[in-house]
Amino acid sequence: MSEETVNHPVTAKKVNPQLESFKQFWRRLAKNRAALIGGIMILFFVIMAFLGPWIISTFTDWEPNKTSVANKLQGPSAEHWFGTDSFGRDIFTRIVFGMKLTLYVGFLSVFVGGIVGVILGIVSGYYGGKVDTIIMRLMDVLLAFPGILLALAIVAVLGGSLTNVIIAVGIFSVPAFARIVRGSTLSVKKLEYIDAVRALGASDFRIIFKHILPNVMSPIIVQASLRIATAILTGAGLAFLGLGAQPPAPEWGAMLNEGRQYMYEAGHVALFPGLMIVVVVLAFNIFGDGVRDALDPKMKK
Amino acid sequence: MAKQELLKVEGLKQYFPIKGGFLGRTVNHVKAVDDISFTIYEGETVSIVGESGCGKSTTGRSILRLEEPTEGKVEFQGVDLATISKRQMRDYRKDLQIIFQDPYASINPRQTVASVLNEAMEIQNVLPANKRRARIEELLETVGLLPYQADRFPHEFSGGQRQRIGIARALSVDPKLIICDEAVSALDVSIQAQVLNLLEDLQEQYNLTYLFISHDLGVVRHISDRIIVMYLGKIVEIADKHSLFENPQHPYTKALLSAIPVPDPDKKKERIVLKGDVPSPIDPPAGCRFHTRCPFATDKCRTEEPKLRTSDLMKEGHEAACHYMEEISAGAMQPNY
Repeated sequence: MSEETVNHPVTAKKVNPQLESFKQFWRRLAKNRAALIGGIMILFFVIMAFLGPWIISTFTDWEPNKTSVANKLQGPSAEHWFGTDSFGRDIFTRIVFGMKLTLYVGFLSVFVGGIVGVILGIVSGYYGGKVDTIIMRLMDVLLAFPGILLALAIVAVLGGSLTNVIIAVGIFSVPAFARIVRGSTLSVKKLEYIDAVRALGASDFRIIFKHILPNVMSPIIVQASLRIATAILTGAGLAFLGLGAQPPAPEWGAMLNEGRQYMYEAGHVALFPGLMIVVVVLAFNIFGDGVRDALDPKMKK
Repeated sequence: MAKQELLKVEGLKQYFPIKGGFLGRTVNHVKAVDDISFTIYEGETVSIVGESGCGKSTTGRSILRLEEPTEGKVEFQGVDLATISKRQMRDYRKDLQIIFQDPYASINPRQTVASVLNEAMEIQNVLPANKRRARIEELLETVGLLPYQADRFPHEFSGGQRQRIGIARALSVDPKLIICDEAVSALDVSIQAQVLNLLEDLQEQYNLTYLFISHDLGVVRHISDRIIVMYLGKIVEIADKHSLFENPQHPYTKALLSAIPVPDPDKKKERIVLKGDVPSPIDPPAGCRFHTRCPFATDKCRTEEPKLRTSDLMKEGHEAACHYMEEISAGAMQPNY
């Protein structure tokens, strides 16, 4: 009927925008050297968390909780790479075994907090009005507390254990997700194609999950990758205060606290867990920054 | 041929609250559409024209309950759409569809054409799932696209083609009334003509009724049977196409029509240039809303609101809302520029 339709060859190349935008994201991320290093480090930590304990128990006779009073508070050596603590336990082994706990707290709490926050944010942004006011004021209340204090209060109520730390850190991640998702939802729901599916009679459920959620995914991913660092830090902080995983679990925060007593005689007991916390948090932070720059180049400036 | 009423809008009001103050109370309203009534008969094309912000798009959206109307009735085949529940409304959405202005924003960029159309049919449960694919290809051909383009994504199409996809989506649920909200304004002039012709062909083929919302008088003149002129949330004149273009009664309609360019450089025409800006719909002027810009305005216009009425000079069905239509036509009143 018109010239605009006839010039396409039948064998046109298929381009999937999801795949295409992922490729573009990957290219941008790969260009960012720091983010790439962060990503590689995270990958290394994950592999270490899964394979490390297995390698150590298969090839050496070190165990994270094996005490040896004769070898207590030894400095780093060829045998004990990171030295030993006050019970003569090998710090390197404990750090490798503790990796899993750290990542577990980081990922799971952000996952839990993210899901709750995203749902609250979308509902708040989509329905608006009273629902929005109530949810967002609630989030303001949570935001009014300093993160660690809030987590501390929650763990104090629930009792100190790894699960409760995850719940506490998850709760304090909720408002950050809710706010960001609410904002993006507000802008996406004004688009005409949302009106078009509403005019077709689509249910709110369909609109929210099929049309809004995929289009607010990038800020969620950015927030999640940055949030993991905070979650790890808070988790370690709580463990440091004795509210997280209970001894003798090789939790880095708890190890840091133990090492505190021997700061002068054997600084390495506190140094290595502390260093590892810094390195892991740093890796997630620079990776998160890179993801943000790659997903949303406009935000960079 | 007896004309059958399809859509009857009565006293439709659409106010948008302005929240303000410490507790977010409603301090005022934007009166986007303020008490308008009109009827659309089956098979005709009715246009709403007016400048930006006069409430023409809002009217369309209120009819579809994309905004919940503040007050008034929207009767579709005798059922008041404004009062039925959301769930019941969902069934009626099958009969009323909308085509949007911006072909770039009106399709989800993450869906292929086929999945856009499939979703429309799925929501309204139009066809059994195994017959939908054939229907999709048929729809694409109907709107002038090719069946093999079904699995492409929106970004692979031009603006005109996307608008055709939007039309196909509206058609996919077999609607009776389609609201075209500035459906061609965003397109190139040559593509506009193609899309308008397509809309006309479809109207014939499927016995569609259009509510055509536009600011482009040339387009409106081409496609409409009847025209509604809106100003600041009110209908100022309503007439069939010929009466409106040849015998406009309301001073605003006259000014609007005088702005149509004439493709003849030698022709001298009287251009009525209105003073000032459209007043704010938050606090519309009392009396006739047009009095702040009307060259004929008197004290009566400032206090008394004119009703839509038919004067002796007008054909049946032609109504305008002005106190002084007769005097102006007779030349008894002089414009005060």
